[in-house]
Amino acid sequence: MATVESTRLNVFKTYKLYVGGKFPRSESGRVYEVTDSKGKWLANAPLSSRKDARDAVVAARKAFGGWSGATAYNRGQILYRIAEMLEGRREQFVREVGEAEGLSKSKAAAVVDAAIDRWVWYAGWTDKIGQIVGGANPVAGPFFNLSTPEPTGVVTVVAPQDSSFLGLISVIAPVIATGNTAVVITSEKSPLPALSLGEVLATSDLPGGVVNILSGKAAEMGPHLASHQDVNAIDLAGADAALAKELEIAAADNLKRVLRPQPVDDWSADPGTSRMTAFLETKTVWHPTGSLGSGGSSY
Amino acid sequence: MASLFEYAPAPESRSVVDIAPSYGLFIDGEFVDAADGKVFKTVSPSSEEVLSEVAQAGAADVDRAVKAARKAFVTWSALPGSERAKYLFRIARIIQERSRELAVLETLDNGKPIKETRDADLPLVAAHFFYYAGWADKLDHAGYGANPRPLGVAGQVIPWNFPLLMLAWKIAPALATGNTVVLKPAETTPLTALFFADICRQAGLPKGVVNILTGYGDAGAALVEHPDVNKVAFTGSTAVGKAIARQIAGTDKKVTLELGGKGANIVFDDAPIDQAVEGIVNGIFFNQGQVCCAGSRLLVQESIHDELLDSLKRRLSTLRLGDPLDKNTDIGAINSAEQLARITALAETGEAEGAERWSPACELPSSGYWFAPTLFTNVTQAHTVARDEIFGPVLSVLTFRTPDEAVAKANNSQYGLSAGIWTEKGSRILAVANKLRAGVVWANTFNKFDPTSPFGGYKESGFGREGGRHGLEGYLAPSNPKGER
Repeated sequence: MATVESTRLNVFKTYKLYVGGKFPRSESGRVYEVTDSKGKWLANAPLSSRKDARDAVVAARKAFGGWSGATAYNRGQILYRIAEMLEGRREQFVREVGEAEGLSKSKAAAVVDAAIDRWVWYAGWTDKIGQIVGGANPVAGPFFNLSTPEPTGVVTVVAPQDSSFLGLISVIAPVIATGNTAVVITSEKSPLPALSLGEVLATSDLPGGVVNILSGKAAEMGPHLASHQDVNAIDLAGADAALAKELEIAAADNLKRVLRPQPVDDWSADPGTSRMTAFLETKTVWHPTGSLGSGGSSY
Repeated sequence: MASLFEYAPAPESRSVVDIAPSYGLFIDGEFVDAADGKVFKTVSPSSEEVLSEVAQAGAADVDRAVKAARKAFVTWSALPGSERAKYLFRIARIIQERSRELAVLETLDNGKPIKETRDADLPLVAAHFFYYAGWADKLDHAGYGANPRPLGVAGQVIPWNFPLLMLAWKIAPALATGNTVVLKPAETTPLTALFFADICRQAGLPKGVVNILTGYGDAGAALVEHPDVNKVAFTGSTAVGKAIARQIAGTDKKVTLELGGKGANIVFDDAPIDQAVEGIVNGIFFNQGQVCCAGSRLLVQESIHDELLDSLKRRLSTLRLGDPLDKNTDIGAINSAEQLARITALAETGEAEGAERWSPACELPSSGYWFAPTLFTNVTQAHTVARDEIFGPVLSVLTFRTPDEAVAKANNSQYGLSAGIWTEKGSRILAVANKLRAGVVWANTFNKFDPTSPFGGYKESGFGREGGRHGLEGYLAPSNPKGER
């Protein structure tokens, strides 16, 4: 039996992009070689073009109305479903993350577990963030008003370069938990866990287009996404200082909300709420309260 | 009709305010000349009378003011919050005491009616300082983590449409959170900020905590660019806001921007017409329409267009335009000759593009800067007057048939600051409010402001919020250096 198994040729996977709920190759037909931490060839990943990036924005915009309009409860259910689907494919991701980041099996397993748990954490936030950051304001006058957070819109996410999976999920999940849709540029060096994540998202009831995943060069796609007039915000987590500055300048064209790169020593630490609030708008709705008459007890 | 309702003049007395012939920059607790000795004049827009001559700050003065603010930051930020609070409470009280004087001064320097400065600007200014005074010793409970820290020196650049109110929106939260301030008022309205400097002295505020630099855009740009400024807060045009966003790219400076708007005021067929007309008038003619959140696009449901327009025109014919110090005046002067030229040019573009222009019979004073209340009908979404911020008393009227169409038209703008909804149907208010991409939505009211309530825009109307608990965020560093809170 053992000899039979060892002679069986295993099936390689063609890694593809995840855009609009589908798995296209790059329209450019380009790929680049992805290697493990020791330089061994792992796969040919799509080298996404600016056209792929534009297509991803169209998909993300199309998905925004439905996703932002879904109930927070529903978004929480779907984020939790992502955790469930990841748990089922845990072994695959332990292998991919281990290869990508040069981690031992036990360390890679800890990273994947933390990533699964991160989805659970954000799944719980979807219907709580509004109560934490919004509320009624005590107006000095006969008015009632209520401030509520709303998603900013389409968010470009330049994912972390080193933490190809836990870092990636730590920047995607807060963006979509609050109802934004995302165009994600993966780690250039280690895109495979991100591309495989697309397969998980596709089977988690997440509507197509809510998360769009592009492998390739942040320096190539970033400027087009940063200056894109239909993108509302950009998370520069994975951009180096020079690229971050360039993209921040481009982002000013339509006043995108910009989350600058911040040093992160440990992606497994408590994420707090700042990655969610960075891509939330506050809307305050006013209405007169009227009066029931001067008696004061007209109930 | 006018003859039936002749009013005797009822001017507020100018004697409550004593304007000096010249003012210096307020740096480190002293009034000083600009380093290069430059000065400029500030005029009353209603009469073109020169009110005073003020120092014109340059880059050297900016540097000096930032140094003073940096020095003051050490002790100011180390003060217990409860002590900072008491300074702010003192300031709030002195503003209340001197509110008539400040209202008259603001009306003289800005051109807006005394009715507005007295009943809107000044009460809101005092309330804003009271509100943030109370936060100074409660920041641990504000939801930004335990022991949130101030950022350092805040460089703040404010516009001319609500000079003292914008100062309050900037300075009150900055000081409450332990920052120190260098503030540049607009070149056409420097005076109330300089009087505020005197209030800081009366309140015994430590030197250098508040510095006021009067001057032009170059001083504002130098302030934004100064390497020792940690926070930039700007209210003004979207074009300048974008320039600032580019300037600070790649730095650690935190920024909040309150920029332009083209607010949609949506009137459904079941709205109470008389109330809606009052709201429309308030929405676009308050402060001569020189308001970033003005309801400058009126979206009327087609079936009530004629009825509403008749009522609106009738109401506009009763508006009183003239001496801003007169207590009966509804419409004051445009703030400057430049602004008047901008409004005039945009209105001419509206006519040239085929929209129908209407103004009530309205005599304009012979001196000063004036523009009659103006309506444009037959406006489409492609017209310049429906797209560009005019920042004047000019209302563009469009129509719609369904709520969906109203929402689509309202959101068809680069801006997203304010919107209005007029309907008696509660569920429609909530459904439409939910879909509008705007930071402030007024339902069955318009242009209401309150220090407890966050204000600010979506899209190119800027980012960050001023007012309320939300207004603290722009002046606090996260409690955890990794950027988490």
